[in-house]
Amino acid sequence: MDWSQSLRLIAPEETLSIAGLILLLVAAWGGDKSARLISILAVAALAAAAFLVAPALCGGLMGPDAEAFGGQMRADAFASYAKLLIYISAAASLVVAPAFFDRFKAMRAEYPVLVLFAALGMGIMVSAGDLMSLYIGLEMNSLAAYVLAAFLRTDGRSAEAGLKYFVLGALASGILLFGMSLTYGFTGTTSYEGIRAALDGGLSHGALFGIVFMLAGLAFKVSAVPFHMWTPDVYEGAPTPVTTFFATAPKVAALGLMMRVTLEAFGAQASAWQQIVTFAALASIVVGALGAIGQSNIKRLMAYSSINNVGFILIGLAVATQAGAAAMLFYLAIYVAMSLGGFVAILMLKTSDGEPVEAITDLAGLSRTRPALALALAMIMFSLAGIPPLFGFWGKFVVFQAAVQADMMVLAAIGIAASVIGAFYYLKIVKIMYFDEPADVVKGESDVWHKVILVACCLFISPLGYLLTGWLGSLVKTAASVLFVAV
Amino acid sequence: MGDFPILSLMLLVPLAAALACLFLDAKAARSLALAATLVDFVLGVILWMNYDIGGAQWQFTERVDLFSGFSYALGIDGIALLLIALSVFLMPICIGASWNSIEKRVGEYMAAFLLMETLMIGVFAAQDLFLFYIFFEAGLIPMYLIIGIWGGADRIYASYKFFLYTLLGSVLMLIAMLWMANEVGTTDIPTLMAYDFDPKAQTWLWLAFFASFAVKMPMWPVHTWLPDAHVQAPTAGSVILAGVLLKMGGYGFIRFSLPMFPEASADFAPLVWGLSMAAVVVTSLIALVQHDMKKLIAYSSVAHMGVVTIGLFAFNVQGLEGTMLIMLSHGLVAGALFLAVGVIYDRLHTREIDRYGGLSINMPKYALFFMLFTMASIGLPGTSGFVGEFLSLGGIYQVSSWVALVCTTGIILGAAYMLYLYRRVAFGAQKNADAAAMPDLDTREMLMMVPLTLAVLWMGIYPESFIAPMRADIAALDARLARAKPEGDAEVTMGKEKPAHEDAAHEGAH
Repeated sequence: MDWSQSLRLIAPEETLSIAGLILLLVAAWGGDKSARLISILAVAALAAAAFLVAPALCGGLMGPDAEAFGGQMRADAFASYAKLLIYISAAASLVVAPAFFDRFKAMRAEYPVLVLFAALGMGIMVSAGDLMSLYIGLEMNSLAAYVLAAFLRTDGRSAEAGLKYFVLGALASGILLFGMSLTYGFTGTTSYEGIRAALDGGLSHGALFGIVFMLAGLAFKVSAVPFHMWTPDVYEGAPTPVTTFFATAPKVAALGLMMRVTLEAFGAQASAWQQIVTFAALASIVVGALGAIGQSNIKRLMAYSSINNVGFILIGLAVATQAGAAAMLFYLAIYVAMSLGGFVAILMLKTSDGEPVEAITDLAGLSRTRPALALALAMIMFSLAGIPPLFGFWGKFVVFQAAVQADMMVLAAIGIAASVIGAFYYLKIVKIMYFDEPADVVKGESDVWHKVILVACCLFISPLGYLLTGWLGSLVKTAASVLFVAV
Repeated sequence: MGDFPILSLMLLVPLAAALACLFLDAKAARSLALAATLVDFVLGVILWMNYDIGGAQWQFTERVDLFSGFSYALGIDGIALLLIALSVFLMPICIGASWNSIEKRVGEYMAAFLLMETLMIGVFAAQDLFLFYIFFEAGLIPMYLIIGIWGGADRIYASYKFFLYTLLGSVLMLIAMLWMANEVGTTDIPTLMAYDFDPKAQTWLWLAFFASFAVKMPMWPVHTWLPDAHVQAPTAGSVILAGVLLKMGGYGFIRFSLPMFPEASADFAPLVWGLSMAAVVVTSLIALVQHDMKKLIAYSSVAHMGVVTIGLFAFNVQGLEGTMLIMLSHGLVAGALFLAVGVIYDRLHTREIDRYGGLSINMPKYALFFMLFTMASIGLPGTSGFVGEFLSLGGIYQVSSWVALVCTTGIILGAAYMLYLYRRVAFGAQKNADAAAMPDLDTREMLMMVPLTLAVLWMGIYPESFIAPMRADIAALDARLARAKPEGDAEVTMGKEKPAHEDAAHEGAH
């Protein structure tokens, strides 16, 4: 084992952990006054880490060159792509936070540090090459996330969200761990490569149970049906910047992790988990769409929307091909932009005295009182519904293209027909903003950083996004090919 | 013209104006929208003048590889040329129709309409499968907003119904398109039109495309979104909906279903005939009992579209040419009729037929135009409606005389409901004082009616101008369909040349 090479490969993780520790000390001595400074430094650390992972992605790093610590960690193109998305989302949720927390006098110095540690954990999740490092990354992310959910400690809903997330998250971790122990017991190894080699001949019942339990645990983390129940409550209760974070970075990390585990470790036994993923995908699409219809809180609605979108992304996994994996990665990038834009727009919905607006009915007539904000939100809604010419369409397009190429026509047809159900509630938001008489509740001024991020997201999901299809398409192709090198 | 990208320019002009309109006040937005649509109309005229009849099948082609997975490819044949011409012709009239009647949020309204124009031209000009789909689907967004924001009392229900109905139809088509692109390895429409798909696969592909185009057309029994959408939409929205959006269904059949899946089209022809016959008879009867003028015209649209699908699935040149002519004629006539309804709606704010009466006394000019368009809708010889219906029914007669028989009743019923409508609105006593006090057409309204009248008469008297550009394309399509053509039951044969002396005897009898 070449220590120097291993340490060089995990440079982004080192950067983040050292920065996190230093900032923790700054927070301890500087107190909440230094919160803003720590935020800026945390964003800088994330930018530096992003800068460090970019070469591996552009160079298409894979195979033994990317293995650190004997395959415990893999800093390959796939991990780099996922990490880039994670770092961008984490940085965005840091940038949008101060304007929100200042109102509650709750902009404490721990927030950026926790986000930094969560991002570090997620980076480990997507680059893990072994069940042990997988679990360390997952728990590192989860523990930070539980605290973040309860960050507004004076707010009952926030505390409730934190507790719910913790109890259910711990249960899911337990299920995952149980699956991992079964897998270890029946394959005799914890490394992905070893598991793959051990399962190459055939699948024992014990290992099958291992797969089922691991997938159940992971489905909880990506909030796929039937393990989605926590999502609306946590999304609603957590402070909105934290929800922004939950809806983006952990989704990327958990889906990246799920792809690694299924396609690398269990890749030889795809038929064993394909039907589970297929069910989870279709059920998520349908339940996410139906559940959203009755919602009156926009954050809960976005939670169901994220369940719905995860369903579409999982269709890419259900086909178990390289094109499917590439499609998932492409969809993830678009999904991150849409969710980021959506939650930033929600953050900008404030009454004249700065109180956050969350009731959907209060959006009535927004197009007349705040035309630009309404237009941005309408674009995001149509994009989430997958209506061309917005870029959200392309995400669904590539996923269904992969399904059709893999000859899974029935899956594609059912999935896309169910997407029409989802269109209904996205339309409802547009209807309330554009067709109804103004309720004139949203009056508050918006933070300049919110505007910047919203404009950036809207430009990405506008038809201009199609100009990126060539470049992003080749990136995700490289990233996805990493998972299929061993085949 | 050389390599000048005129089609891209036609897409760009309304798009740029749409963006600008969002930032303008009501007055400036109106003027800019009118200017942009007129510029596009002029470009459309230039396009037609430079179209080389009998030249290459695809002209004005542009191709740029901007995206991965599909390309920005434009190009038109005669069929697309005519439909683009129809769109750019109707657009300034639509803007004119909304000049005074739209008072709130004018900038957004004009932006939605201009965006609509870009997307309509894009649908007809796209030469790439997915580019077509993007334009085809994107049209839902501005139309949803137009119905929902500026529509009538029940606009919310109508806008949802319109959006979800058409979306459900279209997504299945997307899956079929993905399969085709995967199978053939290209998304180029001309290549796909010449590719022979396996007949078994054709069945499924045809059904998926049918799901989309039948809703868009709309065919009975999936037509129910149309009366709702028409009634609730503002006048100009109805004009563009009837004038151009419905043509996308027919265009889809003629561009995709027929040339790409000839065997499946032949297999399913009886289904289409059955639905069309039902549409012609049932919706005509429904139109007869309507109290709402817009609803009446909406149902008559469904009936006319029934004749369009009959012509399409007649598998011969007459039928196909007839189809194209009905679509063009219906675009003008139905548009004009909705405009005529809009004119009196603006004055009295009701579409209830009973609230009017005797308008020919106080609005003679209006009554004249309304009469002309009523006759054109019935299909009186000399108006545009006649040529298309005659060719279409002649085409289907060669294949099935029974279908021709049933569909011809549509003309009789059409005459019944249109004349009944006209009698109740324009003739009789002036039973409502407020209707009797309405002023006649003003200059703006005349400016909208006169071009439509001229176009309707031109198409009725000298249809050759409109048939010439598409003749070669229809012939090519007919040749492509020849191998699957269903056996006709009428066995039409050319008549024998009459002996010369009979003519002489005939002359002598006079």
